[in-house]
Amino acid sequence: MGWIKTTFHKTGSPRWFFTGARPWVVGLYVFGALLIVVGSTWGLGFVPPERLQGNSVRILFIHAPAAHLAEAIYVSIAIAGFVFLVWRMKMADMLIQAAAPIGFVVTVLALATGIIWGIPTWGTGWVWDARTVSTLLLAFLFFGLVALRQAIGREDRASRAVALLALVGVINIPIIKYSVEWFTTLHQPPSIVIGEKPAIAPVFLIPLAVNVVGFYCFVAGVVIAALRARIAEREAGTQWLRDWMSKS
Amino acid sequence: MRLFFTQFRRDLLVAVRSRSDAANPLAFFVLATVLLGLGAGAELAPGVIWVLALFANVLAVEGVFRRDDDDGTLEQLLIHAQPLFPAVMGKLAAHWALSGLPVAVLSPVAAIMLTGSTTGVGVLVLTLCIGTPALTLLGAIGSALTVATGRGGLLVAVLVLPFYVPVLIFGASASTAAMLGDPVAFQLLALAALLAASLTAAPFAVGKALAISQEY
Amino acid sequence: MEDDLLVAENIRCAVGDRVLFDELSLSLQPGELVEIRGPNGSGKSTLLRCLVGLHEPDAGEIHRTVDSLYVGHRSGICGRLTPIENLRWLAGIAGSNADDVSIRAALGHVGLGDARHDVCDSLSAGQQRRLTLARLLVSPAPLWILDEPLTALDDDGRDLVGDLLTRHRTTGGAAVCATHQALPTVPAGTHALTLGS
Repeated sequence: MGWIKTTFHKTGSPRWFFTGARPWVVGLYVFGALLIVVGSTWGLGFVPPERLQGNSVRILFIHAPAAHLAEAIYVSIAIAGFVFLVWRMKMADMLIQAAAPIGFVVTVLALATGIIWGIPTWGTGWVWDARTVSTLLLAFLFFGLVALRQAIGREDRASRAVALLALVGVINIPIIKYSVEWFTTLHQPPSIVIGEKPAIAPVFLIPLAVNVVGFYCFVAGVVIAALRARIAEREAGTQWLRDWMSKS
Repeated sequence: MRLFFTQFRRDLLVAVRSRSDAANPLAFFVLATVLLGLGAGAELAPGVIWVLALFANVLAVEGVFRRDDDDGTLEQLLIHAQPLFPAVMGKLAAHWALSGLPVAVLSPVAAIMLTGSTTGVGVLVLTLCIGTPALTLLGAIGSALTVATGRGGLLVAVLVLPFYVPVLIFGASASTAAMLGDPVAFQLLALAALLAASLTAAPFAVGKALAISQEY
Repeated sequence: MEDDLLVAENIRCAVGDRVLFDELSLSLQPGELVEIRGPNGSGKSTLLRCLVGLHEPDAGEIHRTVDSLYVGHRSGICGRLTPIENLRWLAGIAGSNADDVSIRAALGHVGLGDARHDVCDSLSAGQQRRLTLARLLVSPAPLWILDEPLTALDDDGRDLVGDLLTRHRTTGGAAVCATHQALPTVPAGTHALTLGS
């Protein structure tokens, strides 16, 4: 079990992370971008039009990964929040700080592509569909994390309040999702449910999976890069950072 | 229990001494009902009454800790109340008794004004009685998190309104269903479950958030 | 030691990059008074808030073995309540069994006997400060943590603080006191701790 502790302490050290993570950023960028290009070209150019949705199905190759990723980012933020509140690990706080705006952007991307997809498919940009509503609310949860941090002047106090908010949020997400789902099935079931959960044909599934992995890698790269920027900001003036700067 | 009642009595007393503050949520609720009737006409669904009650709630709960933070009684509470949980509950109970409860009691009037009918009014009052304490508990988390900012206002609303969604959905749905004569048991159970969940979890989050707000 | 009321070991506090204090240790035994001095911004208040448990230090440990009483910059007095109601509430949440008789006596002792039924908003700043002194009389806490207790007090009030401290110490209590002006009566057994030097 010793290695767990060592890894924990090492990732907890801004210096270790800052110097060690640079190749990862480059690697994730390149690998993620490659997968996205492959997946999107495949999805946009080579997949046959869907039986009912026609060509508009193609935007789902962007939409679905973004929607997936948005939730994953929020959960990671909440885990980081827990780590920060319990162990006061500064890296966890910096991760929240770096990831929250990125999560917001990804959620908005998911919403925007969803609306673009909805116009030809559902005949309207906005439908009171469970996923749509909970994704919109998720965007506001991300927004709240950023807004709360900006509103609290003292940095350490802001960090802990934001971490707590993230935890409260992650407990609420399933409740919100469930209630919205109940609401939408009661009122207005989405007119078309294909292309979503039930049975995706393999011909769609493979490029989709490629894109999902690509999105994860690329955004992980962005988050790590943002995290390194935060570290550089916070550790500015320390000896090790100056040494590192002069070396590279 | 002693902590609960000490805090409950004290907060009621403070609210009674500042009467207009205590009456504001109710006044807002009535005024908003009038404005909605003027702006959107009558024959609205009882769901809109739920939305009004929810807004009245968030406006009221936003400042629930502000005065105590300003005069330092909040830090005294954090130092002395062992455990903090019952004192926080006492405070929120007093707050609800003067914001959520009067709104629930007065909601039949709003229902008659806006929907022109008394069908299902009993269920409306019942859902508000179960739902608004849950809203107060959830809203108090946002209020406690923003104590340190010295201002709350819209920020509290942005933070907590997403958390209000489930309560609103079940409360409004039950009220509407009752008006149409549909069964409401499931929604009422769901509301009760939400209240139970917020009763168990929210005071701890509030306590933690208050402790953070008093860090230097 | 066994009869320590408060022990702080190697505590460290920083605001952003600025370290207020580091490796600070302190222990208090019955009868002791520690005076904390230092210019504005040197971390006096932060240290006191650490000692009373409102602020968690960045490093180090603090053990309190007894109840403590804290008088901070903010009065801890609700302006909408009367002095009696305020003291009753404080006694209630602290779980002390102060009855109305002792509360009245305390208010009389600090010179608020006539104002005990006025709401605190109508009291002057000095009178409100005296009300916080009445807390010292009512509370059974053996450990006092006082932040600038002399602020807004007249000479008479300052002497009162000195008397209260002396009495508290002779009855087995201890106190930590932050000041930027010397306490009126500094009895023997006072330790001074200067921050920000």
